[in-house]
Amino acid sequence: MSDILGLVAKRLGLGLIILLVISVIIFFMVELLPGDIAQAVLGQGATEENVRNLREQMGLNDPAYVRYFHWLRGALMLDFGRSIVTQETVMGVIGERFRNTMFLATYAAVIAVPFAITLGVVVALLRNTIFDRVANVLTLTSISSPEFFLGYILILFFSVKWGMFPAIASLSDSMSFWDLLERTFLPALTLVLVVTAHMMRMTRAAIINLLASPYIEMAKLKGAPPWKVIVRHALPNAWAPIINVIALNLAYLITGVVLVEVVFVYPGIGQALVDAVSKRDFPVVQACCLIFAATFILLNLAADVGAILTNPRLRHPK
Amino acid sequence: MTKRNQSRTKRAYATTALDSAARSGSMSRRSFLNSAAIAGIGVGAASGLWTTRAQAAPQKGGTFRFGAHDGNSSDTHDPGTYVSRQQIYLAHQYRSYLTMINPDGSLGNDLATGWEPNGDATVWTFEITPNATFHSGKPVTSEDVVNSLNFHRGEKSTSAAKTLLTSVTDIRADGDHTIVIELDGGNADVPWLMTDYHFAVCPSDGEGGIDWKSGDGSGPYKIDDGDWGVQFRLSRHEGWHLEGAYFDKLVMLVLNDPNARQTALVTGDVDAISLVDLKTKSLLERDRAIEILSVPSAAAITMPMFCDTAPFTDVNVRNAMKLAMDRDEIIEKIAFGEATKGNDFHHSPAMPYFPEGIEQRDYDPDMARSLLKKAGAEGIRVNLSSADSVFSGAVDMCVLYAEQARKAGITVNVVREPNDGYYSDVWLKKPFTVVSWGARPTPDVLYSLAYKSDATWNESHWQNEEFNKLLIRAKAELDDKLRGEMYRDMALLARNDGGTIIPFFNNFVYAVRSNVATGEDLAPSWELDGARGPSRWWFKS
Repeated sequence: MSDILGLVAKRLGLGLIILLVISVIIFFMVELLPGDIAQAVLGQGATEENVRNLREQMGLNDPAYVRYFHWLRGALMLDFGRSIVTQETVMGVIGERFRNTMFLATYAAVIAVPFAITLGVVVALLRNTIFDRVANVLTLTSISSPEFFLGYILILFFSVKWGMFPAIASLSDSMSFWDLLERTFLPALTLVLVVTAHMMRMTRAAIINLLASPYIEMAKLKGAPPWKVIVRHALPNAWAPIINVIALNLAYLITGVVLVEVVFVYPGIGQALVDAVSKRDFPVVQACCLIFAATFILLNLAADVGAILTNPRLRHPK
Repeated sequence: MTKRNQSRTKRAYATTALDSAARSGSMSRRSFLNSAAIAGIGVGAASGLWTTRAQAAPQKGGTFRFGAHDGNSSDTHDPGTYVSRQQIYLAHQYRSYLTMINPDGSLGNDLATGWEPNGDATVWTFEITPNATFHSGKPVTSEDVVNSLNFHRGEKSTSAAKTLLTSVTDIRADGDHTIVIELDGGNADVPWLMTDYHFAVCPSDGEGGIDWKSGDGSGPYKIDDGDWGVQFRLSRHEGWHLEGAYFDKLVMLVLNDPNARQTALVTGDVDAISLVDLKTKSLLERDRAIEILSVPSAAAITMPMFCDTAPFTDVNVRNAMKLAMDRDEIIEKIAFGEATKGNDFHHSPAMPYFPEGIEQRDYDPDMARSLLKKAGAEGIRVNLSSADSVFSGAVDMCVLYAEQARKAGITVNVVREPNDGYYSDVWLKKPFTVVSWGARPTPDVLYSLAYKSDATWNESHWQNEEFNKLLIRAKAELDDKLRGEMYRDMALLARNDGGTIIPFFNNFVYAVRSNVATGEDLAPSWELDGARGPSRWWFKS
């Protein structure tokens, strides 16, 4: 077990280094955006004096690397500074949004992951039957359609035609948990449809890959029923690739859902990022990008650890 | 259905003494309302003289949910930075102004109960109602009003409305309920200016400034909670100083995506939306539970040509460019019929003092060709800069215009510019562009902003001495008839000599569910009845 902890610590350390490199990239990419920040903030009517004062105030006259270290020092303590546009703290601007995004991602993941894996196992069991074909065609269709299109289709049927779920996911503090689940059902379902195919097909492929292995033949010969062969014998050895795909899809649920947010008017972090970019609100942009990068790194770490835990050979390296 | 508003304006007028004076022909209805406003006749009196309400009495109650387009999470309560529709709509719910635009387009009172100019319109006195309170319970006094206006003046002010008050030399309180505004030149439009959405009255901070951060105001609804770019929840401010505010609660949602907005209206998730996508309007019209409202506005699409840059230096070329446009086709195909035809002067029929009877300029490629011949500029080629972000269909309109102009021997090369930064890098920089103008309350504001020879935003670089002289004279003219004549002369000058093509004035097209009762008229200043629908409308039982 201490091996595992050591490994996690080592991976975390590597992750931090990667994050540091990414933070450099983010900071200097944002620097490269055209236009003067102070000018962008004050707009057209600004006098030169106004712009000069603001540059002074924002410390824009320091060289870029000095500002980078200032920013990094703050970011390490989760203080990303203040939004240029609203003067609120960045955490104040995106904190609530990030919680909403996490909620929707969790909601979608809780449905999608068990569903995709179960479906993957079932189609592996019933491979090359009509059921397998239909499931493949449907999931591939849903992953191939743009998310906003899926969203519109769901809205058309579930809210406009059948009136079962609200078309827009507007939230309020006074909402009960069940109201919340109902309000956000359609965006969650859209995300489920988008990520299911990937996980389902990976499960199917990983299991079918193992079916030719001698120990599976053995299990069949000793008379285990087909479902048991797959669930008890094949699946434990198939986890590693499946976990990796799950991690990728979870990261996608957190960072890549701006279209779904727009279609369902869901106040998530993607929308905040787009607004911030168009208003040149750099502290917010930098904070969002850093959060996204950290999400990817952490989930990849989790996938690695998960893969190791499910594989005794990796758990006890020679 | 979409013609509703036009037909509404043809209503029976009440017969009163003033009315018969107006009917004698010496005065148009609009100039009557203008003089009523200048004389300080209040909203109750003025609209009572001119309208008869055919509808049932308003009923209180309900939660009015409306979806607004154009809202960002980076918006704030700072009235000097008001720019998005979200801010403007919200401002008219939780804050008050001195004056307001009535549904019939006339000027009415909000916090001001009356106003009076001196003889040459350089000093204006506004009386403020003693009945208004902020949501915090503090009464609204002249100090709050003075500080709120001064917020947009002075060296340090970063307000976008600074230019509107450059001629103001002093704003002071005279007792608790009177304010005095002094100007360095006469301006008969001061009461109209006070309807500008930036001039929201905020509570004074006691040190000459205002407290805008708290979101406190004296408007018909107070903010309960909300986030910019997402939604705001408001409830009625009991004891609001005006009549109205029939809904118990408001929910204003930001619905930037046209499809999300229209779906929310169809499914009943909201009761009104501020903008209907014209491309799908005909589909929305089929839904009988929805009423689409189309209101002619003072917003305009303009195409300025730099009058000091070849080939537009020659007035014949400019007029040929104007004649080479088939506005009817453009309105039909680009504005989907929801527009008023432009006539190359920026004075919209939805503004006061509109000069009636000026000959409409129509498509005449032959005439254009002969003007070009006269100018020795046959077969000219020009670049026209446009971007999709200017308005929906902006680039398409330019391509259509290029086709129309080809018949006059003009080659228009449409240049698609980047959406981002169009108004900082293209507008006022390239010689021939497309611009979308928001509504302004009076012709003076507009002409001073974009047609005066030394205006920063003189988008066509047009220099016309006579026009500029008339502009200054008309500004200070308190006699409505004379003023109207000057605006007619100015319109003719802009039309025949100016460098701006005006294809159309775009209507405000928004929609409500049919259980929402609106007044007979809808104000032309903003969508949603001049952004005041939530305090003017009610739910039918």
